[in-house]
This record gives sequence, structure tokens and C-alpha cells, in this order.
Amino acid sequence: MIQFLLNNELVELETVNADTTVLGYLRDAKHQCGTKEGCASGDCGACTVVVAEPNGETLEYKNINSCITFLGALHGKQLITVEHLAEPGQLHSVQKAMVDHHGSQCGFCTPGFVLSLFALQKSFGGNSDNVHHHAPRSANIHESSDKRANIDEYLGGNLCRCTGYRPIIDAGLQSLENHQTDQFDKCREQTLHTLNTINHAHQNAAKENANIIGENSGKDRNSRFHVPTNLEQLHELMAHYPTARLLGGGTDLSLEVTQQLKSLERIILLTRVSELTQVVEHDDHFAIGAAVSLSKTREVLAPHYPDINELLLRFGSRQIRNQGTIGGNVANASPIGDFPPVLIAIDAQLELERKASTQIKSRVIDVEDYFLDYKKTDLREGEIIRSIIIPKPSPPSKTQSNLKVYKISKRIDDDISAVCAAISIEVADNTIATARVALGGMAAIPKRATLCEKALCGAPLNKETITKAQTALKDDFQPIGDARASAKYRIRVAQNLLSKLQIELTNTSIPTRVTYHD
Amino acid sequence: MTKTGEVIIGAGQSLIHESAAKHVTGEATYIDDQPTYHGQLFACVGGSTIAHGEITTLNLEAVRSALGVVDVITAQSVPGKLDIGPVFPGDPLFSEGLVEYWGQPIFAVAAISHELAKKAVQLAKIDYKPLEPVLDLNEAINQEFYVRPPHRMQRGNAEQAIDNSVHRIQSTLLVGGQEHFYLEGQASTVVPQEDGGMLVYTSTQNPTETQKLVSDVLNLPMSKVDVVTRRMGGGFGGKETQAAPWSCVAAIFANRTRKVVACRLSRRDDMVMTGKRHNFINQYDVGFDDDGMISGIHYTLAGQCGYSPDLSDAIVDRAMFHCDNAYYLPHATVDGLRCKTHTVSNTAFRGFGGPQGVIAAEAVIDEIAFKLKKDPLEVRKRNLYNTIDRNITHYHQKIDSFSISAIVDQLEKESDYWSRRKGIQEFNAQSPILKKGLALTPVKFGISFTVSHLNQAGALIHLYTDGSIQVNHGGTEMGQGLMTKVAQIVASQFQVSTDSIIVTATRTDKVPNTSPTAASSGTDLNGMAALNAARVLKQRLIDFLSEKYNTPAEHIRFRNGNVKVADQTLSFAQVTNEAWLARVSLSSTGFYKTPKIHYDRETASGNPFYYFANGASVSEVVVDTLTGEYKLLRTDIIHDVGNSINPALDIGQIEGGFIQGLGWLTCEELKWNDEGRLLTDGPATYKIPAISDTPEIFNVSLLQNSPNSEATVFRSKAVGEPPLMLAISAWCGIRDAIASIDGRTTFPQLNAPATPEEILKTIHCDR
Ligand SMILES: Cc1cc2nc3c(=O)[nH]c(=O)nc-3n(C[C@H](O)[C@H](O)[C@H](O)COP(=O)(O)OP(=O)(O)OC[C@H]3O[C@@H](n4cnc5c(N)ncnc54)[C@H](O)[C@@H]3O)c2cc1C
Ligand code: FES
Ligand code: FES
Repeated sequence: MIQFLLNNELVELETVNADTTVLGYLRDAKHQCGTKEGCASGDCGACTVVVAEPNGETLEYKNINSCITFLGALHGKQLITVEHLAEPGQLHSVQKAMVDHHGSQCGFCTPGFVLSLFALQKSFGGNSDNVHHHAPRSANIHESSDKRANIDEYLGGNLCRCTGYRPIIDAGLQSLENHQTDQFDKCREQTLHTLNTINHAHQNAAKENANIIGENSGKDRNSRFHVPTNLEQLHELMAHYPTARLLGGGTDLSLEVTQQLKSLERIILLTRVSELTQVVEHDDHFAIGAAVSLSKTREVLAPHYPDINELLLRFGSRQIRNQGTIGGNVANASPIGDFPPVLIAIDAQLELERKASTQIKSRVIDVEDYFLDYKKTDLREGEIIRSIIIPKPSPPSKTQSNLKVYKISKRIDDDISAVCAAISIEVADNTIATARVALGGMAAIPKRATLCEKALCGAPLNKETITKAQTALKDDFQPIGDARASAKYRIRVAQNLLSKLQIELTNTSIPTRVTYHD
Repeated sequence: MTKTGEVIIGAGQSLIHESAAKHVTGEATYIDDQPTYHGQLFACVGGSTIAHGEITTLNLEAVRSALGVVDVITAQSVPGKLDIGPVFPGDPLFSEGLVEYWGQPIFAVAAISHELAKKAVQLAKIDYKPLEPVLDLNEAINQEFYVRPPHRMQRGNAEQAIDNSVHRIQSTLLVGGQEHFYLEGQASTVVPQEDGGMLVYTSTQNPTETQKLVSDVLNLPMSKVDVVTRRMGGGFGGKETQAAPWSCVAAIFANRTRKVVACRLSRRDDMVMTGKRHNFINQYDVGFDDDGMISGIHYTLAGQCGYSPDLSDAIVDRAMFHCDNAYYLPHATVDGLRCKTHTVSNTAFRGFGGPQGVIAAEAVIDEIAFKLKKDPLEVRKRNLYNTIDRNITHYHQKIDSFSISAIVDQLEKESDYWSRRKGIQEFNAQSPILKKGLALTPVKFGISFTVSHLNQAGALIHLYTDGSIQVNHGGTEMGQGLMTKVAQIVASQFQVSTDSIIVTATRTDKVPNTSPTAASSGTDLNGMAALNAARVLKQRLIDFLSEKYNTPAEHIRFRNGNVKVADQTLSFAQVTNEAWLARVSLSSTGFYKTPKIHYDRETASGNPFYYFANGASVSEVVVDTLTGEYKLLRTDIIHDVGNSINPALDIGQIEGGFIQGLGWLTCEELKWNDEGRLLTDGPATYKIPAISDTPEIFNVSLLQNSPNSEATVFRSKAVGEPPLMLAISAWCGIRDAIASIDGRTTFPQLNAPATPEEILKTIHCDR
């Protein structure tokens, strides 16, 4: 049984189709049509809703795309939609901000924006230290440029074709400054209690029936959407339903349903498996559970790798990063995935795990070795990615260690890379000690540029070396041309990035990026 | 406020959009949000999978027997006229055998759910005998493959003037197309009526044409088809002609099944099956003097129309009308080609060809300035029209009023153009990788439909006995705030609050024979029609009061929701109630047609435009010369809307138009594969501007004290389309940044859209 709060109403669904989307449920089953469909592919944000989930004593509010979220994934959460923000006779402060600033024209994108603003306000608003007491007027106010960055971060996945965004930015500034206690704050205890009850009951039920497989666990008999809470259950479900699909955030898998019009018979959700959602910090590395969201991953890695922070701010949209998992980004083995090149460059590893008869079999492989060919991986039958092992950068010494990541795309927000380059390089006394160069978008898999690396390693960091490395790069890759970029551009840009690297390593006072968030 | 301190209600105030509160709460209803009817069906359209060929077998057996399918239709199922071409024939609702673009509708399915209809469509088995397609605009130009014959506009002797000039440039500019990407896709729901009639709820800019085409395909008189449009989730021209087919499909099913049928396109079908902004190849041959003054120019503007004429004749004409932009062309020859390709039929899109002409003019000026090593602003100013001796366009319309010189001067000062120019030069000298660029460009845009008969509108106003007012008119609401402005206009007549006025959904049974809401004319036409209706009613009330209270008409004044009759103050409700008791008709129509316009296409001369809308913008950009990435840093705009009826809504149009234009010229790139299939068929690959693309500094202001010199409604000016072209400053700014790389020795042959790839190509000079 799937249980969640639809705003304040407890919804209990005995049977759900595995592949019913939240958007489909809202519009078709509930006839709550405030939430719009603009694309059904996660790209426009018209369908944005917010989910609240317990995090200790507080609730975390996350904006997500309802068009690519399966209903079962709401289990134990609160779903907040546009119809329920206002209180009788009174708009919510984010709604009012949109009205005050003329933030809607045709209005079709507006419910989605309102929900993203709501998530923004819940994350950054209401902290009285941050409140400026002048009326926010326009996107031009200089002190607000940090806030502008927050607004861009939260709203980058919402497209508006009418307004040009300026009034929405102003509505964002007002939302950040005029945070008033709302019904969700007032009901926090109650909501937490309800959600915790659902989640505890779910865990206990699972514990009692160590075996939670449908037939034996009464309640779940008809379900085709499984929500295991630990690895043991996960393995058991996988053994029992070998054809069931594993679901991380679903930002990739769901497109099979909404774009390719396939049906998914049975789904096993990974994001409640406790072992897969942990981040464990060790002296020299992190073990990040495969089902950790990209938003969370950014929080963990940002202090250590500024360029990973930058990359993850431009990975999909806030909605996608809230849903999508780091494991999913590796598992789907897309040639244009953004994280794999980074993981390869910093020599990250994967912890893989499967259950063979009664035994758990784990192995650790280099991320690099995971990708075999186009969408072909080293993942074995019944195996999952359990965690991603990410080394911390080596402590600063006389070698200058650096990770440079470059995401090249047509648009700053929410775009797939034409090329994503990650270069981990150590320079000592102006000589390149080591270099790991990995690129996405250049081949059928994310791949190291071995010839290029060879040209770099041991050579002095100068123009000549870079030229050699650029020539070598051309032999490393034979990219294809597609809707995003031509083969020629991909090669050229990849080569030019080496020039940029050189400058960034030798003279940090020269500005080299148009899209950097400082 | 007036001198006496009385509040003047209505025009000039920044009222919020009438639907704003409904937008933010999700209450505003779009077509697909309407409650479903019992037994309702959902239609989905099946398209071709080749660009050009003959259908040899069409096997729909599997489609028919698929789960949930109730009915399947093809060209043979159309009871009436198959061709729904809006102006010229050439658009069969379904292919009858000949396929002329990838995705062309061949059949449609009605099923019990949208999902099942979509799934069923995939089961069709269609074989084709392929024919050689023409997919490329250049190829069409070379083959003289046209949907309509070429047209020429001419003034003076351009060839001679060019020959006699000190300098001459011959160049070519490629200008990309643009997908509308209205957030709400095409959608119609058709409800069958008694007597065989149809009630059509649809998201269209053109209810009357939908009415006509539905009646055509069903062989019904127009009087039996009613079309209702409350609001669109964006239109931008994409729902001017190309909203109708989906109503026709739904109506045919509704007619066959007598069920309510909804036809809503998925985003991919919408992008594949509906036309876009025309891409152009613009060639120019220009002669000029040492100061950069143009002496003669010959343009050839070739638009890619796709497989059918649709509105392309008028669109290419408008490109031709606008290739002067704000500049006087003493001798000009302008040739316009309407090229045919085996691609979807391109259609209206905000600016309607104008932008493709304006950008050609700006490219010309840029190149002249480059050649003479002058700042482009200097050359721009030198070539501007004036109203004295440089005031005749190449289509022989006289420019009587020209605010651009003043706008440019003001903008130049307020944006610190010259000190920023210097700062940028200093920055660029220090910065080897990132280069900044700056450009100031004006826009002059002709207002009126160039097809004269469309410049008419009707309205209908009812006054009720409680003083509330219902207004209806032929214009449609697509976000631009038309309903809000019309309510303000009516409110200003009666001096009542807009709260007592409701502007209801556009309906062909309330106001008939309407023009599309297009050509920026929504308020000009419908606002005036509503004003005329209000005037009639007001006069009736005055006449009645004058007689009843024995007071001369001059002593009757409408103020603050009341009517002062000599010394007495009556509430507006009292007045309407008393008028009703006295049997005064409280309902009136209003009509308006634009005066002064005439155009003779044979001689390519006349006054196609009632007036011009003007504006200018300055943009500063930074370009990464290693990757081609760029960012717009700052934009300043001054735009002339005459006396603004609603400044907030007007600024909304300007900002929105600017960013949409920015998308057209930068990140929005349409790509087809070699078989003619659209590759950028969804927002995953087709990128419209997102929030980070809005510049950090974005100063937009309205030109003050500039009433329209023509007697438009409240002396306002149309604002829908013109601001889109303000974005050309950003594109010119990118060119400027690229030119600075080698100290202005190589001219940056940048085309549009300036994607990072296009920019890098330009930097590396490979074409
Ligand atoms: C609008 C949009 C924008 C996007 N932008 C980007 C972008 O900028 N950069 C980028 O790289 N990607 C992008 N993506 C792709 C996608 O979001 C990412 O790849 C994301 O990380 C996928 O994670 P997920 O958890 O959602 O995967 P899911 O869809 O849940 O899963 C993907 C696949 O991996 C399998 N899987 C998931 N977890 C595991 C596991 N632990 N073990 C084994 N198999 C597993 C699933 O069974 C499925 O086959 C975008 C997608 C969308 C819709
Ligand atoms: S509908 Fe576009 S993101 Fe969901
Ligand atoms: S208001 Fe129309 S898309 Fe945003």
C-alpha cells in the first residue's frame, strides 16, 4: 500500500500501477488540474510540485517535476500542489509576490513557478539574518545578487515563454524577504507526526515480515510498486522479481513511459533503502550511497571540490537534482552523463553488490571500468550499485592539485552537455606530475583521453605541451554530431579547454569563465 | 488625477492582469483542464515518417483494434472540404496520398484515454514510395522552388546608386527559425450540439477562422459552429492559423461519434506537426560613402516557407517592409522569395517576418561601420530617418512621426554608452579569453495588418441593472493582458472600477467575423471597438438622464462609480436601473476599422501601416573565445508605447519580447536530419531562454510624453511584437565582442542563432 499526504489529506492506495505519474494522478484521477503539463519530459517545470519529507525535527521541502515522478515514490511524503497554498481569502506570500510583480502573463507556467518559489522560500526565506528591510524592486539591486543566484538555482528548471523572468526574479526576492508563517509551518508537528507514523509502520511491517514479498505480506499483495527499506529486502525483491525495474529518482527511467510510451510492470524503489541513502565520511574519501540525490551530493562535495559544485549547479535543474540520484547517473551509462567523467578523473570507485543464492557478493571497481560500450556496463545480473567512493582531494602540499570541470552546453540552466570535461591534474615546479583527463559527449561512453594524458604527464606546463595534448586529443576521440553539437565543435571545444586549463593553472587573475558563480 | 483632484479611472494605471490571482492559485482554466464529459474521447494524430513521397499502403488494422480505440479517420473520412489552407489552398487536413513533410498528418485515432490514443497511433503500418525531397533553403533558392511568386519593392535606382558609391559590400546573412514553444500546447475540445452543430473550446488566436474551417470540413453553415476561447497558455503567432487543424480533427470525430472529443498535441507532436518562424537567407549589396551613409541597397530576402503557403506571402512581405528598420534608404530594391521545402509549413511568429528584415538592416550597418572603422552607433545615427527630407520608405510610405532619434540620444546618455565602450576596450585589452561587446540598436515596426481587410474589430457591451458590465470583443487573451486593457478602456468611459467589469471569453456567437489577435493589433482594434460600444451606451444614458432630469448633457458627469446629474449624485447602478425602467436599450455593439491605410501590391506602394512603434536597446555581452559560450550582462531599453494604457503590462510585453528575441538569436536552434526529420523535437534539445539568461542588470523604461500622433485608443501604441527585435542588440554585441579579438581586422560573419558553436565557428572563421 502506498500512503502519502496530498496536502493535508491522507491518501492510501491499495493498488497503483507501477508507472502512474504524479501528474497523471493529479490531473486524471483527482481532477486537480492546477498542475500543468508542458512537456512530460522534466524539461519545462510546468508540472512542478513540492514534496515535504521529514528530516529529523524538520520538514525538507523539495520542488520536483510531477510529470516524471512515479506516484509510489511519494510514499511517506507530503505532496503540496498549487491548489493548496492559499488559505481561505488569502494568497500565500509567494503567490502574492507573483501577483504584486506581474509575474504571470499567460499563466500556464505560473503554478510551477509558484511551487519552486515556495521551495526557495522554505530553504532560504525566514532567516531573519538575511532579511533586508528595503522593498525589493528589481533584479538590479546589487546586494541581492546572492539572492539572485539562489533564485536562479531554484527556478532554473521552470521555463516561462512570456515574461522574460524579470518580474519572477523580483517575486523571488520578495518571497525571500517576506516569509510569513504559513499553514505548513503551523501544521509542521502534525505533518511530521503523520509522515513518521507512515514510515515507521512501513519499516516495522517490513521487519516483522522479513519476507515482504507480495504473496506473503498480505497488504502488499496487489502492489507492483515496492518500497524496500533495507538492502536485504531489496535483494529479496530483486530475486523474486528479476524483471522488475530499479528506480532511483526516475529522472531517466520515467522517460521510457512518458516519451517512449512503454509500460513498466513492476518497480522497486531504491531511495528508501537506508544503506543506499547514507553518506559516510572517511579520512580520505566519502562513500556516497547510490540513491543519494544530486542535490545532497552537491552539499557533500561542494566544500572539497569547487568545480563539482559548479557542475552540479548546472546539472539538470533543481527539480532534477532533487530527484535524480548519483547512482542513477552512473547506472544509466549515458554517454552524455555529467558525473561519470568527473568520477573517472578523480579516480572514484563503485561498490557493487548482489545476492547469489544466499550470499551477498560485493566488489569494488574503478568507475572507469564500469563503462564497456554504448549503454553497456559491467553491472551483472541482480547487481546494484551500492555506493560511490569518492576520494577527497589530496591535502595541499608543494604539488598543486586541481580538479577542473567544464560543462559546455547551449544554455546555462538545465541543459545536457555537448561536452563535459573533467581534468584532474597535479603540477609541481611547473611540471605536470599527473593528469587524468575524462570526457563525456565525445564517445559512446564517458572515457579517458589516454593519448592526451600521455602528452601531458611529465611535460612542462607550457603552450607547447598543450598543443601536443590537443593534437593527441583528436586521436583519442571520434565524436558524433547530433542535435546538440557537431562533431567538429565537440573536438574543437575539447581541445580549447586544454588551453583554458593552462591559463587557469598559470594565471588565476585572468577571467576565463562566463558562467561561474564565484 | 485631474486638476480638481478627481481620480480618473481606467487608462494609464498599472492594474494587475485580470487573471493574475487565478494564475497563481491554479484556478485559471485551460482547455485540457476542463472537466471531462461522460464518454469523452481523446484524439491523437498519426504523421508520416518520410519527408516527401507517395503513400503506397495505409494499413490501420492494428490501430483500429488497439485497446481503447473507438474510431479512426483518414482523408477519406472528411465529409466536407479537405483543404484547410487559411489564405491559399495547400494544407490538406490529412494527406490524401502525397506526403510533403516529415510528420504530416495522415490519420487520427479517437480512444477512451489520451494515453491509449497515443499508443494506438504507433501501430500504423504505412508504406511509401519516396520522392526526392528539397530540404534546404539554398537548394530551394537555386531551383526557384516557391510556394508563391517572388515580389519586389523598389524606390529609385539602387543598382546605379550602388555602382556610383565610394564603398560597396556584398554579403549574406543566415537567420534561423524559431519554435513558438507556448507552454500550453495546441488543444481543442469539441462538444457536439443539436442540429448537427459544434461547440468548440480551443486555444486559438483566431476563433473565426477555426469556426470557418470546422464548418468547411463538416459541411456545416458557419452559424452552426461556435468557437470559444477564454485564454491561451501562450500563442506568439503559433495559434493564428495552426490551431485550427486540431479543432477540425476533434470535430470530425465528434460528428461521427456524437461524443465530446478532445484533441491535445503532445509536446513532440506539437513541435513536429506545427510550423515555426521562417528561417531566412538574406543577401545584400550595399553602396555607401566615407561617413557610412547608405546610398543604395539591393536586398534579396529568401524565406523558407515549408511545404505550403499558409501565411508566408504576408510574412515575407513584412520582412521586406522592415529591411530598412530605422534607416533611410535613398535607393532600394528589395526582392522577397517564398521558398518551398519539404518541411512543416512555417507560420506567424511574433514579428511576422519583420524581425528577419530588421536584423538584415542591422547586419548591414555593422558591416559598414566595420569597414570604415567607425563605432556602429555613429553609423546607425547617421542613417536614421528624419521627418523632413529623409522620410520616404522603400514602399513609398511617408514617415510623419519618428521618435527613434530622441530615443537613441536618451539611451546613449542614460546607458553611459561611451564610457562603457571605453571600459570594455580596457577590459578586452587585459583579458585574453573573455571578450566583452556592446551594441545599441533601434527598432521601427509598422503597425497594421498588411492585408487591409483584417484591420477591423467588433465588440459587444451589456450593462446590467445592478450596474455591472459585461464586455466581449473579437480579440483573444494569450497572456498579453488584452482583457485587462479593454476593461480599463471601458471603465474609463463610465468612470467605474474595473472590478465591476467582466470581459468574458471570446466567442464567435457574441462577436462574429473577427480578425485574428495578431500583428500587435489586439488593443488598437478591439480596444477601439469596445470604446465605441461604450460611447454608444454612454450617450444613451446621457440622453436619458438629460431628458429625465431636465439637465443639459454638459452637466452630466461620470465620476468615481457615480453619475452627477447637475447637483444630484446617482450611483452607476441606479442609472442603469432607471434607464432599464425607462426602456432604454442597455446593450450595444461597437465597431472599428483602422483609417488611412491602403497599399497597392501591384506597384508595391502605399501606406500599409497606420503608424510605427519605436524603441531601442543597448546590450553588453561577454563571450568566451575558447568555447563560444556567452552571457548577456546588461540591457537597457527605452520603448515608445505612446500613452500607455497599462505601463506594467506594457513593460511585461517589452521584457518578455526581448528575452524571446534573445532566444531566437542565441540558444534556440532548430535542427533537422538528412531525411527531413526534426531533431530538436522537445525541450530537451530545443532550448528557450531560462532564468539565468535574464541579464543581471535589465533597465526597461517607457518613452515619456509621447502620445501616438495618430488617433489610436488613448493615443497608445501597439506593443506585442516590436520589443522582440530589441534583442538584436545582444546579437550585435556578440559580433562586437568577436571583432575585438583581433583588433577589428576580421569581420565577424556571425549568423543567427549565435549558439556557442556558431560563435566559435565565427571566431575560427570557417564557413
Ligand atoms: C530534464 C532533465 C535534465 C537532465 N539533465 C542532466 C544533466 O544535466 N546531466 C546529466 O548527467 N544527466 C541529466 N539528466 C539525466 C538524469 O537526470 C541523470 O542521469 C540522473 O542522475 C539519473 O538518476 P536517477 O536516479 O533519476 O535515475 P533513474 O531514472 O532512477 O534510473 C536510471 C537507470 O539506472 C538504474 N539504476 C538507478 N540506480 C541504480 C543503482 N543504484 N544500481 C543499479 N541500477 C540503478 C535504473 O534502473 C534505470 O535503469 C537529465 C534528465 C532530465 C529529465
Ligand atoms: S511537464 Fe514539463 S517538466 Fe513536467
Ligand atoms: S506566463 Fe506564459 S509561459 Fe510564463
